[in-house]
Amino acid sequence: MKVRAQMSMLFHLDKCIGCHTCSVACKNLWTDREGAEYMWWNNVETRPGTGYPTGWEDQEHYKGGWHRDEKGRLKLVLHSKSAGLGKLFYNPSLPELDDYYDPFTFKYGDLFNSPQQEQQVTAIPISKITGTPVEISTGPNWDDDLGGSDIYARNDPSMEGIDEATRAQMEEIERVVLNYVPRICNHCLNPACVAACPSGAIYKRGEDGVVLVNEDKCRGWRMCVAGCPYKKVYYNWDTGKSEKCILCFPRMETGQAPACAHSCVGRIRYMGVLLYDQDRIADVTSLPEDELVDAQLDMILDPWDDAVVAAAAAAGIDDGWIDAARRSPVYKFVKEWGMALPLHPEYRTAAMMFYIPPLSPVMSTVERNLVRLDIPEDRRDFALADELDKARMPLKYLANLFTVGDVEPIRRILKMMFAVRSYKRRQSVEGDMDSDTLGLLESAGLSEAEAEAIYKLTTVPTIDDRFVFPPYHREMSIETLEDPLVRKGITGFGQINRPKRDA
Amino acid sequence: MTTNQLLFGALPYAVVLLAVMVTIVRWRRLPFSVSSLSSQLLESRKLYWGSVPFHWGISLILVGHLLALIIPSGFELWNGESVRLFLLEATGLGLALWAAFGITVLIARRLTSDRVKAVTTPMDVVVLLIIAVQIVTGIWIAVGYRFGSFWGTSVFVPYIRSLIVFQPAPEYVDPLPWVLKSHVLAFYAFVAVFAFSRLVHIIALPIQYLWRPWQRVVFMRKPSGVYHPAAPRPQDQGSKDHEPKQLTDQSASK
Repeated sequence: MKVRAQMSMLFHLDKCIGCHTCSVACKNLWTDREGAEYMWWNNVETRPGTGYPTGWEDQEHYKGGWHRDEKGRLKLVLHSKSAGLGKLFYNPSLPELDDYYDPFTFKYGDLFNSPQQEQQVTAIPISKITGTPVEISTGPNWDDDLGGSDIYARNDPSMEGIDEATRAQMEEIERVVLNYVPRICNHCLNPACVAACPSGAIYKRGEDGVVLVNEDKCRGWRMCVAGCPYKKVYYNWDTGKSEKCILCFPRMETGQAPACAHSCVGRIRYMGVLLYDQDRIADVTSLPEDELVDAQLDMILDPWDDAVVAAAAAAGIDDGWIDAARRSPVYKFVKEWGMALPLHPEYRTAAMMFYIPPLSPVMSTVERNLVRLDIPEDRRDFALADELDKARMPLKYLANLFTVGDVEPIRRILKMMFAVRSYKRRQSVEGDMDSDTLGLLESAGLSEAEAEAIYKLTTVPTIDDRFVFPPYHREMSIETLEDPLVRKGITGFGQINRPKRDA
Repeated sequence: MTTNQLLFGALPYAVVLLAVMVTIVRWRRLPFSVSSLSSQLLESRKLYWGSVPFHWGISLILVGHLLALIIPSGFELWNGESVRLFLLEATGLGLALWAAFGITVLIARRLTSDRVKAVTTPMDVVVLLIIAVQIVTGIWIAVGYRFGSFWGTSVFVPYIRSLIVFQPAPEYVDPLPWVLKSHVLAFYAFVAVFAFSRLVHIIALPIQYLWRPWQRVVFMRKPSGVYHPAAPRPQDQGSKDHEPKQLTDQSASK
């Protein structure tokens, strides 16, 4: 056992309202620059939909992630090492700018500078790359709230395996269903971008598992862009370097949540440390598809286990981190309660951002323009829990996103959420508890104490409950790079290139 | 000093020195500036028809030139039979035409694609023109001064070798027609702009990819446990001989 720590984020999709505040916070902080305008390190997708860049889940086309060959060995989908070098001059799997969108702005200057004329002046859209007028036909979030869903939602690769009747049901106008999936870099344990990079410029930071691009070593071969199955590495067309979500490490190092998580209006994001067994990454990621999810979750270690603590200490993980791992809300959701799953585990990168699947709206049908619930009035609360297959968002669809098509874990998680909801409703509305509710709780595998804890962390968590950051000890880590005595009195960052001044 | 001595005796040293010095400084001080500066994201289709033929053609031709420099006797032996000479020359010419096709597409792409134009610098144009001259004169020589692989070993090889051993003998080049001279001069121009342009990406060719492990894990501070409260702190070292520790580069188990 070789223990490493990972800073992990959890997205409670049941709480996401799709407001894109996270995306905007991230954009303002990191990608509001030339060459990076089209990048959304954090984006929020409407599901079903094709996402951003369009159709990123179609790995037949983009060749992202890993696959297991006939002999059970793990191979990059993109290339072997030698074939990768052969494709340096032209990467056939690289998304083009139009797969994202042509970043645009408006000629606001015209509003002020235009001479007097007959018509009202308008600010026409121009490309942020060429500066020439563009016809805006797509954007990073063009299919928001199922806009244009007969183009986008129909082409969602995760709709695979969903029968025609269910599809028709999803599209039926008054029952139409959607949920949101916010995505950032998954900071995987077996990152395909790192493996695809010929220059070796991308690396996983040992201390907290953040995957970073060393831009001084990046030579713009752009294999990472194609290799990442989540399409979360971007090529900056201006600097000729790759860029990606850095999990706001400068913020985390000073005890602040990443901008996307901090600004989250729905408070759907949680962050904390997970300890995992590094020795098992290779074995786990090369398992057959039906074993992937369980094995990946199994790789995450119990921070209360003495053997784990000893191994963590041996690996140089200090007490502050172990303490943070014990208080980690992500650990609670992922391991203690088993409510969260990684996105598309079949890519075999061991993604370390986790998602709690959303409960769908109440099931209903429309008869003579009246909405009618399909469940007998007296059994409503409980029948729903047993008939999750009738949920508006098909279990199969969620399973295609989170469990390689296996609906059982999704059913179990939704039932837990449903049981907690029923339990709290009974408690707060009726003021007492009945055997039916307790029975539901039991059948979901939860005790009353657990239900309370899940409720508390889901519904009324404080910022300190949601974000548990370990001490990064920047004051110590600087000592390994610089001698504090030598540096004493020299403040701030060094400069390589002095800023130009008027001569 | 005659013009010939200046251009073919002194200039090569000047441009190589310039290329080496500036490249070293740039590599060490401005590593962020070293990139292939790919524009595939902005325009992909024409790039395919341009970049692939150009790069493969020009690289294989370069390898051919280097081989001739290293083992001229091998070339002489090979060319002993006329069939083999024709074969070699035809291959070389084919590769050159392939590269010429590629660079034509690349130049056309720079001129026609608005997005590519937005990222084109004057230096990109200079580089393209120098290489275009190089290819055109190369084809001209291959067609008009047959057969380069035959006489080249007794003219260019001793000339370049004389430069390498610091006994420049520009007189080898003096009597040659201007096309041949301009082929050489275009190369010196190429070397001259090497360090100042995107051409530095040539030496960034990531061969090490073949043997590095798939994964890279970097610890910003050694996972040694020295800062673990249970372990004693390392002895205080005098600031004089306290070497800053290097970043450790540890590969994952796979």
